[in-house]
Amino acid sequence: MSKGLFRISPGFEDVMPAEYKELVTNGPYGRDLGVKDLGTFKELIEEHPLCAGCAEALALRLILASLPSPEDTVIVGSTGCSSLLFTQVAVQNIHSLFGNQNAVATGLKRALRLRFPDKVKDVVVIAGDGATVDIGLDMVMQSWFRRELITTIMLDNEVYANTGGQESGMSPQGAVLYMAPLGKKFPKVNLPEIAREAGCAYVATISPALPRRLGKVVRRAILVAREIGPSYVQVFCPCPTNFKWPSAQVLQKIRDRQKEGIFKVREYVSPEAEAYLAGLEVERQHDEQE
Amino acid sequence: MAVSEYQVRPGPEGYLPPAAASMGVELPERGAALVEGRVVPEDDAFQAIAEKLLAARNPVFFPGPAVLWAWKDGVAEKARAVLRLMEVVGARAIPMPDYRPKYPMINPAVEINPNHPNLTIWHNRIDVGVFVGVHCHYANVALKIIRGGTDCYTIALCGEVGHEDAMITLRDVDVKKLERLTEAARALAAAGPPRTGVMPRVGTAV
Repeated sequence: MSKGLFRISPGFEDVMPAEYKELVTNGPYGRDLGVKDLGTFKELIEEHPLCAGCAEALALRLILASLPSPEDTVIVGSTGCSSLLFTQVAVQNIHSLFGNQNAVATGLKRALRLRFPDKVKDVVVIAGDGATVDIGLDMVMQSWFRRELITTIMLDNEVYANTGGQESGMSPQGAVLYMAPLGKKFPKVNLPEIAREAGCAYVATISPALPRRLGKVVRRAILVAREIGPSYVQVFCPCPTNFKWPSAQVLQKIRDRQKEGIFKVREYVSPEAEAYLAGLEVERQHDEQE
Repeated sequence: MAVSEYQVRPGPEGYLPPAAASMGVELPERGAALVEGRVVPEDDAFQAIAEKLLAARNPVFFPGPAVLWAWKDGVAEKARAVLRLMEVVGARAIPMPDYRPKYPMINPAVEINPNHPNLTIWHNRIDVGVFVGVHCHYANVALKIIRGGTDCYTIALCGEVGHEDAMITLRDVDVKKLERLTEAARALAAAGPPRTGVMPRVGTAV
């Protein structure tokens, strides 16, 4: 898909629903927009069926606003709460079988490079903690070992949320959940460290309580995956429904966890990725001066 | 009913109507078309489509993404040809801009969605609906849902090999074929008032 596709055939403008016309006239396609511009353009997601106060929904909204080239992005999702939302997003997206997302993204990225050798196509995996760290860990790590040029974003809501509240590898130790009444017996899997060791050129942990930082992290991760190597972003967005928090308190809970040191914002950038990002920054400043 | 006797007729046929293909309805070869599950010469199908559209109380075209969006050269011309046909038969358009399921639901007054096309048919009391520019897999789903839950007469103007789940389908529909269909409708309209309630004339099987 390219921004050139977003032209309504002549004669059909009048019957097109308003939201599509707004996407054409004021969408983010082909424009350099980000989290700071939210509220000034037509977003890629309008409504969604996720729970009130869902931190994952906010994270997705911020991630979508941060895509460097939404018109040339394909999102690969997997089973989970996020898959309920992705079908309604105005970006090309694929739903893969539970856990297969990084294998599907691998094939897709390679096919796109063959089909569009002169274009940059971003393939971004966005999946929950169950799909990423439990069921799909094999496919996730193998894609990193192979240095596939894809971005993997894990939405860490710390639970299998929409199947009743089973513990996941990302549930905190001791967490008592609807389907884990005795409490989890082992700590969260340290996937950022695994990602770094497995070959990711860029790794970051972030939360939607830091929206601008999240936008920057997502953008950097996608840019690095264009040229340097795989990238991984872990977005901390615990589930208010399963942890029984009032909807309005979710972001405060995230901030509290950060203050307690349970959740940490971290960023690892390989030397090659650092140099690449610095070069892009110089180019951007040069373009702005011109 | 024997497989070979199955006809693709307006519903409501029930919650899960069989796929016409599973009942023995085969897609037409080049130069042929399907009318209610029977293979007929293309010109006969033109006539049947024109009769149905001119006789309809509320004929509506459902242009899909492949026609609504000028995504490659030639689409704008095809869109204009569709508009000319709509004008001749007095139909309006309700678009299917993409295939996303909408939350909490679509607005059936302004759009149709392949996941629940029956809502738009019911809401607008559409008696004849024309699919054009809808990608095959979604057209098949939508046509089956419409046949299952409504009495809408469906016509599929397909750029590929046709849709057996529509009551009438043309295949390989391009600008030239749309123009031929438009001419057939114009000639029929000039010949006299539409014959409401008359079933389409079905030609000799080929």
